[in-house]
Amino acid sequence: MSFETPDFSLALPEIWLLGAICVVLIVDLFVRGSRRSVTFFLTQAVLLVTAALAITTQWGVTETTFSGHYVVDPLAAMLKATLALLVVLALAYTRPYLEARGLLQGEVYLLALFATLGMLIIASGGSLLTLYLGLEMLSLSLYALVAYHRDSRQAAEAAMKYFVLGALASGILLYGMSMVYGGAASLELAVIAEAAASEEPPLLLLFGMSFMLVGVAFKLGAAPFHAWVPDVYQGAPTPVTLFISTAPKVAAVALFLRLLVDGLGPLHETLQPMLLILAAVSLLLGNLTAIMQTNLKRMLAYSGIAHAGFIVLALAAGTEAGHAAALFYVIAYGIMAAGAFGLIIVLSSAGTEAEQIADYRGLNERHPILAGVLLLLMISMTGIPGTIGFYAKYLVLKAAVEADLIAMAVLAVIAAVIGAFYYLRVLKVAYFDRPEVPPEGSQKPTGPNEGSVGEGEGATPSRPDGAAGTVLVPGASLPIRALLVVNGAAVLVLGIFPERLIALCQSVLGAG
Amino acid sequence: MIELSNFLVLGALLFCLGVAGIFINRKNVILLLMCIELILLAVNINFIGFSAYLDDIAGQIFVFFILTVAAAEVAIGLAIVVVLFRSRGDINVAALDTMRG
Repeated sequence: MSFETPDFSLALPEIWLLGAICVVLIVDLFVRGSRRSVTFFLTQAVLLVTAALAITTQWGVTETTFSGHYVVDPLAAMLKATLALLVVLALAYTRPYLEARGLLQGEVYLLALFATLGMLIIASGGSLLTLYLGLEMLSLSLYALVAYHRDSRQAAEAAMKYFVLGALASGILLYGMSMVYGGAASLELAVIAEAAASEEPPLLLLFGMSFMLVGVAFKLGAAPFHAWVPDVYQGAPTPVTLFISTAPKVAAVALFLRLLVDGLGPLHETLQPMLLILAAVSLLLGNLTAIMQTNLKRMLAYSGIAHAGFIVLALAAGTEAGHAAALFYVIAYGIMAAGAFGLIIVLSSAGTEAEQIADYRGLNERHPILAGVLLLLMISMTGIPGTIGFYAKYLVLKAAVEADLIAMAVLAVIAAVIGAFYYLRVLKVAYFDRPEVPPEGSQKPTGPNEGSVGEGEGATPSRPDGAAGTVLVPGASLPIRALLVVNGAAVLVLGIFPERLIALCQSVLGAG
Repeated sequence: MIELSNFLVLGALLFCLGVAGIFINRKNVILLLMCIELILLAVNINFIGFSAYLDDIAGQIFVFFILTVAAAEVAIGLAIVVVLFRSRGDINVAALDTMRG
């Protein structure tokens, strides 16, 4: 075994990002108070340059370097650009929310940057070691982000649960990795794939594979490894929830594609039954439990579990078309989830969180544009034609049917119909329910009750929070509302013209 | 020469102890951190055993990375414990139940 100097220029996006993070870290030390936004704009610029670098330096290149630990291929380039842009979108929603609550510190953006670096490393992981390090970099940043709101009891509790379960999942994944290493005698995924493709693959590989699947399913939030999802989504500050539900999901699919397709792809026949169980349990449990929720963030968490079920079903198909469908689905989900949590951010103000579904009563009368965005997002999550969610579900079902998983495809459709109930219920509340005047001394002041302020209802003076309504005061929140409208429009436009994104997903996975 | 199976059995035992500890323990969050450490050390033993048995150095390199990451992980875990204690006044696992549904 000889040492070769690695080709550093191939890893330019990561090297740039790491260098830039150090610069942002130091710049953040010197900016104070009202000039905090400098960190925010620097972060966004850094991420945009990262996406540009990923496309310009890695698109169309297929090579490995760092002794096989680092892979560059079209999939990596496409994933990196997508991840960086999703993080830009997610962070764009954060600033006014954090500013209004006195939480705007540079740490949020630095942690998000480190998480992004971890995700990029996963996208290019060519060995168990790289994938593990990327995953830990992502996870450790996320634990800290969830605990970011130090004075919130819920956030601390959510962070603790996320940390313990996340560390357990990494431990299980790592145990699987050690078994795979023992079976294949190498950490490189290419060598592991050769060992897995042999006539009689070592038993250790199969053993390790099931452990690794548990770790990946946890990151994806698929049932029965979903225990953290509802609590973290509900307990974390909404911008952090938004962040967790977008890019890291894409990274989890990337982790699956690297570990269990590039590495252990030849063993797919053994993997498929386990994936089908994951998909079935996620679809049913996610959709059925979401019906009972009264908290919108928690409902979206269970809906996220159901969406993870669809993604796992696409991966269970095991074909290139299935992988492309999973990739398209997770990107579509990222855009929809960013919009949904973005809407909660826009409707919340300091001291109030618009997180109860009942808070959305009569939204259409007061804010028809925001209600329109809600309408688009909800019908897209349901999977109604004309929105991106429809094509995502369509591609998954098509891949499943082509792979002879017809029973599972039927189950998925039934689950989607159940899902329609709770998505449409939110719309019913927003469009047809009258805003009620809360009883005197109501426990929880709610954001979108400003309507009653305008009418001079008696209950309002005791609730000054309600009067400081976010939505009625454009000011700082105007750009973010524009962003939300653009986000909603993207769901519609990509739903009408999805061909290019679909073709891109298929071409990077060789399913053209 | 110690056989490979001895390493693996020890690793499996430690791993099961760690996982069982996480699920059985209802008292103290610090114990959860110890159980996580135990799981990671079980993995280390596996890697070292395989590395020696396969005569491949990569497994031992991996162990160094795991040790480093484990240190970072515990640092974050303890920081979260401190935040939890500041906001709630205790670190009882059974009390982590404000969110339900």
